[in-house]
Amino acid sequence: MANSTTAHAHDDHDHKPHGIKRWLYATNHKDIGTMYLVFACAMFFMGGAMALVIRAELFQPGLQFVDPGFFNSMTTMHALLMIFGAVMPAWTGLANWMVPMQVGAPDMALPRLNNFSFWLLPFAFTLLLLTLFVPGGAPAGGWTLYPPLSLQAGDSFPLTIFAIHLMGISSILGAINVVVTILNMRAPGMGLLNMPLFCWTWLITAYLLIAVMPVLAGAVTMLLTDHFFGTSFFTASGGGDPVMFQHIFWFFGHPEVYILILPAFGVVSEIIPTFARKPLFGYESMVYATASIAFLSFIVWAHHMFTVGMPLAGQLFFMLSTMLIAVPTGVKVFNWCATMWKGSISFETPMLFALAFLFLFTLGGFSGLMLAIVPADFQYHDSYFVVAHFHYVLVPGAVFAIMAGVYYWLPKWSGRMYNEKVGKLHFWLSTIGVNVLFFPQHFLGLAGMPRRIPDYSTQFADWNMVSSIGAFIFGFSQLLFVYVVWNAVRSGEKAPARPWEGAHGLEWELPTPAPYHSWDTPPPRNVITQGAMH
Amino acid sequence: MTKAIRRVPSVLALSAAAFASLSAHAEWGNLNMPVGVTELSKEIHSLHMTIFWWCVAIGVFVFGWMIWSLVAFRKSQGAKPDTTMVHSTKAEIIWTVIPVGILVIMAIPAARTLIAIEDMRGSEISIKATGYQWKWQYEYLGEDVSFFSQLDRQSDEARQLKSGVDPNSVQDYLLNVDNPMVVPEDTKIRMLLTGQDVIHAWWVPAFGMKKDAIPGTINELWFKVDAGKTGIYRGQCAELCGRDHGFMPVVVKVVTKEEYKAWLAAQKAAASPAPAEAPADAPAADAVAALPAAPRG
Ligand SMILES: [Cu+2]
Repeated sequence: MANSTTAHAHDDHDHKPHGIKRWLYATNHKDIGTMYLVFACAMFFMGGAMALVIRAELFQPGLQFVDPGFFNSMTTMHALLMIFGAVMPAWTGLANWMVPMQVGAPDMALPRLNNFSFWLLPFAFTLLLLTLFVPGGAPAGGWTLYPPLSLQAGDSFPLTIFAIHLMGISSILGAINVVVTILNMRAPGMGLLNMPLFCWTWLITAYLLIAVMPVLAGAVTMLLTDHFFGTSFFTASGGGDPVMFQHIFWFFGHPEVYILILPAFGVVSEIIPTFARKPLFGYESMVYATASIAFLSFIVWAHHMFTVGMPLAGQLFFMLSTMLIAVPTGVKVFNWCATMWKGSISFETPMLFALAFLFLFTLGGFSGLMLAIVPADFQYHDSYFVVAHFHYVLVPGAVFAIMAGVYYWLPKWSGRMYNEKVGKLHFWLSTIGVNVLFFPQHFLGLAGMPRRIPDYSTQFADWNMVSSIGAFIFGFSQLLFVYVVWNAVRSGEKAPARPWEGAHGLEWELPTPAPYHSWDTPPPRNVITQGAMH
Repeated sequence: MTKAIRRVPSVLALSAAAFASLSAHAEWGNLNMPVGVTELSKEIHSLHMTIFWWCVAIGVFVFGWMIWSLVAFRKSQGAKPDTTMVHSTKAEIIWTVIPVGILVIMAIPAARTLIAIEDMRGSEISIKATGYQWKWQYEYLGEDVSFFSQLDRQSDEARQLKSGVDPNSVQDYLLNVDNPMVVPEDTKIRMLLTGQDVIHAWWVPAFGMKKDAIPGTINELWFKVDAGKTGIYRGQCAELCGRDHGFMPVVVKVVTKEEYKAWLAAQKAAASPAPAEAPADAPAADAVAALPAAPRG
């Protein structure tokens, strides 16, 4: 990778390998970033198709299309694909593209590791998707893999576990790469507190990944040995405890939630100042709030399992620690509001998605606060209220932020503008669709509909029908997203180096499209302090 | 069914009445958590409403602020950015301290209710519920009464893939069982929950409580149905437990104390000549077969 001897002009003729080799042997952060994003998009559509199977079956009471066992496989696979296949790789893709450009580095610190961590994913997901065709069908015990139910799986079991191991290794390696790049490759003069928030949130996310992916690996390995080698970690009849799995799983699982959402905070903290034409309000408090959320994420895990019968003191502790998360999260939301206050706001597609994030993530935060109240959680738990809550923070939360980021940085990546009209159409259809899809699920849950059921009592029929209609609107409007991006890359108008007048940050100091190697010579100090000023 | 007319002038009562008479009709009005029929469920409901209104209040403020900014500071309206506004320690202290205050205000009643929920003392009847794939077993501890409770036959036929049976034609589709659990009103009931094969969860929304039924563990919960709230209350298994997770309802029939005594005696009498080896066929089923089909409350 090291080609520091050549001059700047060299980059413009970047001799990159052509054809399949460019991708198979890729060590360039942009190529790898692109592969991550394309992969994530493919998984998003596959997971989305499964969601549509679910919503089609739930369109009306009675079983019209699928067997209940297959329905359970769909909910399980949908979650695994969306979490590990779509959202996490999309973030890693964005980190690959943006971190080197934003910190003034030529590339990621560990390019070959980068290649390896990407190429693990297609194998992992091939294994996972293969389970659809093995005897016993795909895993159907929920993505949380709670034993003893998950141990009843057929031949899919070892494939699923192995796939999760591969995904975990991929995530850990990707995270190490981000940490090393940010800590070692910042341009001279760029202090940690000069970094854009996207780098900050990703740095913290990377530490979360390194901390908790091994925990997940441990949990699923114990499942594996329980299943095949006669151990009884989680088998009551052998002296084990099924609840212990839940503790271990959620010790991974809660930080995982923040792994999915922290980079979104970063993206939104880039986009809102740009389109409000005003520096981010409370930059340092944003960094500290992110760090405190990350810290708190390690001590709230049992709020996912209030109904397992914990001691009173345990329930009180986890209730209070969970409520506490509202404080740094509130600080972030208030800072974003204050950023827009007295700004000069325009509404291009990336800003629209960031604003929808702001409104709808906050809404998901409210239902999260409600879920923290343990006595009320005894009603909400495992009902559709929970489904509504986490989809609000994950879809108009994480997914919208990813899309906002793609719209925002696409001109820099491709050198071309997307079609603003179609982008806005995509935005409105998505936003209307996502609310029609998930808002009624609050009602369903409160009225008593459990989650993960393929059929329901007739009193739940109306809102389920509405929700399904929303699902199809949302799902199909995502095809527009592919169209907009494809169309821009193929035949969009040429984009200037700084397509957004309010954009600050080192990435906008590079020519457009960004050269193959971002910063062969580090950016001058005055550009750093001026460009990275938030 | 009772002819007593409820005079509660609320939308909830109206929709409950509509539900009782026209359960075939789906409900647009089912928007909120039911108030329930136990002391705890009412406390839980009021906590739910309190935190909900707090969220509404915060939402009005936050969303109001956002919308105000988006309207007032539009570039298209010639807004000029104030780029000096980057930090305010005062504002940050305010928006840290006020949320903490709200959380403390919420945490106190929540903790109080939680302590009440965990207080199992003074229960008069103990019933052990065991989750199986996919039915419940109820054992009345110390009474030698035990039976299984599973999805009623009508629902079971209608819920088969492409059964051709309209779920709307089935009374209490998926929420009806062959043998409901029977308990007296105005009595503190302690439930002991465990699972036979995988984890299940016992949930009756009108009682405000759900708890997991876990193999190898006994969980507890209690409820005390208010006097005068006899009737049938329905819920479902709430923890994914395999293929037929959606088809193992929880149905509880609440009767007067006298009716309960008579029911218990009938159960025992029926059980003594031929010990309940095959509960599904036991005459136990007859004792509760003539139940009013529509739910109340
Ligand atoms: Cu169950």
